[in-house]
Amino acid sequence: MNIKVLGTGCAKCISLERVTQQAVDELNINATIEKVEDIQKIMEYGILRTPGLVINNQVVLSGQVPKVKELKELLTKYQ
Amino acid sequence: MNKKRYFTILALLVGWVLVYVNLQRFADFIIDNIFRLEQGKHLTESLRFFIFEVPKVMLLLVLIIFIVGIIRSYFSPEKTRKVLEGKPLFIGNIMAAMLGIVTPFCSCSAIPLFLGFVEAGIPIGVTFSFLIAAPMINEVALVMLIGLFGWKVAVIYVVTGLTVAILAGFILEKLKLQRYVADWVFQIKSKHQATTDSKQNFSQRIDTGFDAVKEIVGKIWIYIIIGIALGAGAHGYVPDDFLAKTLGAQNWYSVLLAIIVGVPLYSNAAGIIPIVSVLIEKGVSLGTALAFMMSVIGLSLPEIIILKKVLKWQLIAVFVGVVAFGIVIVGYIFNYLVFI
Repeated sequence: MNIKVLGTGCAKCISLERVTQQAVDELNINATIEKVEDIQKIMEYGILRTPGLVINNQVVLSGQVPKVKELKELLTKYQ
Repeated sequence: MNKKRYFTILALLVGWVLVYVNLQRFADFIIDNIFRLEQGKHLTESLRFFIFEVPKVMLLLVLIIFIVGIIRSYFSPEKTRKVLEGKPLFIGNIMAAMLGIVTPFCSCSAIPLFLGFVEAGIPIGVTFSFLIAAPMINEVALVMLIGLFGWKVAVIYVVTGLTVAILAGFILEKLKLQRYVADWVFQIKSKHQATTDSKQNFSQRIDTGFDAVKEIVGKIWIYIIIGIALGAGAHGYVPDDFLAKTLGAQNWYSVLLAIIVGVPLYSNAAGIIPIVSVLIEKGVSLGTALAFMMSVIGLSLPEIIILKKVLKWQLIAVFVGVVAFGIVIVGYIFNYLVFI
């Protein structure tokens, strides 16, 4: 699974990356987490709020940092 | 929503009202009966002010943030963009400014929002109306104004804030400044369509409200206590007409001075409003104080730095200039025409 965290470095973007890493570790799934910081690349995903979360090239979240539990459900759904 | 939840919230609301209406009695009891301080002394009255104001402002804050959190869960930047698409100029500015109040927005998302709006063909002037109104008119400012000055001043603040946002955006569009937007902005084409928000039921919206309270109050409570402590300190000690000569309504330059000091300063609404209340108590006129507050909250250096990525400096200068000019006008109107 390919996961991208879209964010220009705001506080929420950093915590989303951390929560995502935690969820992946706890689920013990095979996933690469990539951080996208370039605004032009971020805009290609059409989000209006950072941070954004992209799983397998599909935007699943924008503008919020979910709790680890919610994120685990989300990751399981897209697995 | 289940019944139990419904009753819990109702009970919380009743408890809120009971505590709120008894705050003065509570403060008096602590000062007069527990500490047995001498009435009328500066220290006593400063303490009384502090013990009364802190819980009052906190209670108002919790309630209003909770309600605003629920209201905001019905809005999103994506929906706002859809509403604004294809709207004619002036009407677009009005709607953008009003949506700026209720749409959840964080200045850290100013760039994606700006780019997304431009890509959808929304005029930059309309986008600016949104970007000016969103930080300037916020629920924390509203609570502090209601708490410290009463609802009249709060309404005036909202109306003037909207007016500045609408007119500044309109003027920026009329000045035809598109060439000062960074060139790459107009080349962006998003490949993917962002997912639409999943529908929330009312119980989830209530959760959103509670989350908002936790997040915002957790961040700003310390500023409120410091701000009110400053206010309480000045309450009894600084003479009431201390600033009247230099910053009163009679002085034509007081508004300009307020803005020159206010623009480089950056603070959140929670921190600045108790200070503004001290200024007014010590003789600063309402227009000057409002202008100061708007320039601190509405024009912030961090947001300008963020916008620098997509706007050339000429446009940023005009943007700051137009908004500052709008605030000056508001200041003078209140100093000379409105007497509350």
